[in-house]
Amino acid sequence: MSDETMTIFSPHLAARLDALAARYPVRRSALVPMLLYAQDEIGYVSQAVIAEVAERIGITELEVRNVASYYSMLHFKPVGRYKVQVCTSISCALRGADELYERFQKELGIGAEDVTTDGIFSLEKVECIGECAWAPAIQVNYDFHEELSPAHVPGILASYRGKSGVGEKTPHA
Amino acid sequence: MPRLVSHPDEVKIVSRRFGKGAANIDRYLELGGYESAWKCLQQGPEWIISEMKASNLRGRGGAGFPTGLKWSFVPKQSAKPKYVLVNGDESEPGTCKDHLIFQHDPHAVIEGTIIAGLAIGAKLGFIYLRGEYRGLLEIMEKAVAEAYARGFLGKNIFKSNTEFQIIAHTGAGAYEVGEESALMESLEGKRGIPRIKPPFPAVVGLYGGPTVINNAETIATVPHIIAMGGAAFAAAGSPGNGGTRLFSISGHVERPGVYELPMGYNLKKMIYEVAGGVRGGRSLKAVVPGGSSTPVLLPEEIDIGMDFDQVGKVGSMLGSAAVIVIDDRTCMVEFALRTISFYQHESCGWCIPCREGTDWLKKTLTRFHAGFGEARDIDNILYLAENMMGRTFCPLGDAAAMPMVAFVKKFRGEFEEHLSGKGCPFAGHAELAAV
Repeated sequence: MSDETMTIFSPHLAARLDALAARYPVRRSALVPMLLYAQDEIGYVSQAVIAEVAERIGITELEVRNVASYYSMLHFKPVGRYKVQVCTSISCALRGADELYERFQKELGIGAEDVTTDGIFSLEKVECIGECAWAPAIQVNYDFHEELSPAHVPGILASYRGKSGVGEKTPHA
Repeated sequence: MPRLVSHPDEVKIVSRRFGKGAANIDRYLELGGYESAWKCLQQGPEWIISEMKASNLRGRGGAGFPTGLKWSFVPKQSAKPKYVLVNGDESEPGTCKDHLIFQHDPHAVIEGTIIAGLAIGAKLGFIYLRGEYRGLLEIMEKAVAEAYARGFLGKNIFKSNTEFQIIAHTGAGAYEVGEESALMESLEGKRGIPRIKPPFPAVVGLYGGPTVINNAETIATVPHIIAMGGAAFAAAGSPGNGGTRLFSISGHVERPGVYELPMGYNLKKMIYEVAGGVRGGRSLKAVVPGGSSTPVLLPEEIDIGMDFDQVGKVGSMLGSAAVIVIDDRTCMVEFALRTISFYQHESCGWCIPCREGTDWLKKTLTRFHAGFGEARDIDNILYLAENMMGRTFCPLGDAAAMPMVAFVKKFRGEFEEHLSGKGCPFAGHAELAAV
């Protein structure tokens, strides 16, 4: 993109996306990584993300939507700052993934695909995350946590709450 | 960080640098790194392919196609550029070996990619990691940058006037993309819908150019084959099944983990000795030998060597070598339901038998497991599954259907127990998740 073009992304991300677009034999190969990196910064694949990525790649917004809707990690509405993804696929299920998920539900007070009122956490069940020999496992954003039991849940949540800069109890919680 | 395990029966070839800091290039070089690529540059493509053929290395993604033969199919002359594409979209439930390779030995993946490139005459390679592996992608990207800085990648690698470049690429969540033609579509920035074959990727692949696509474990094995010699690697395995394999052992065992064992290693021994037996002294009910798509085996069927041919003889597959161990408290109807739920979620929807078949199987099994099953459902599950097989562009349809057939045929009695109107006989005291 030329210097005069407006971008919704931080200078760091904009530079990264410029480099991405230039590195493939065909520019469009940068599309999926671009959407994922954009989502990491903006929080979700918003209309503005779609518009800017379409322009950067040189395809229509419709084409971007068509591709983005295929990939399960891309989402089109805001989620929690920390996305708690509990693997409930077979190897994790054999070692207690359901109890783990239930404990997250209880501690967070939300159900599948929900976001906590303070916006810090969202919770979802996911399919296999490649941690089968260290089951049950979860992924919080991109961090893996392995060999868990329900007793680990409060500690994991507290560590992310700490990182978010919000206290144990938020005023409106 | 995933825990590394060890057992005296292991033969560490691919995993020999795990836990030794080899993600750092200096450490990798101390441990013999990039010597194989240098040797290949001097010996040339024909020598590389002959070593690969002699090694009897078969594709680690699951299909078990001989790697040397695959490389030899790429035409020598091509109007379009050729490419190497490394499949690190590891997503088959039970499988977690590439995870460790990317984490502990990223330079082995780079070096293997360089060698594949030299063998087929490509100047560009891609290493595709599933989107969930962001932390591992960062390790790979750092390793790629180090390899460029040292002159192992670039326009003039090893100062030999040879060009080879690598791009590490992230996906964004899709099992289907692990299928090679869908992988190419995804890398081209499209939905991961499979292509019809022929033409095969070796002739018309990425961007229309001849492309070799190998699993990450296959590629990480290549530098070791070059270092030890193809014949020596072949000798480490069983007839026609060269070398060792990273077995991901999960489920109800005392010591789950990723173990590197010779091809042909006995499955029963793997479970009872290497992985410490069934957890809590329980008894064994079933074993899924090669990832969730491979037909389940009964305890009396596991006294077999784990290679592509021997597992095939008992009606299953070695697949991705993900051994999932199931104890006697597990409800096999629920296990079947979990398995089909995965494929229903991951079906790309392109082929109707797969899209509809996985959906109806999930619906039927959900109802059945909840206690609302009818006797005719059991045969209907078989009918649905058998009619999916061989009727889709890519193997996902078969991958979903094959295990269903085996679950019904081998555990029909357990399905019938669900018909009493009371629902799951394991509920409350057992279930899948019992600790």
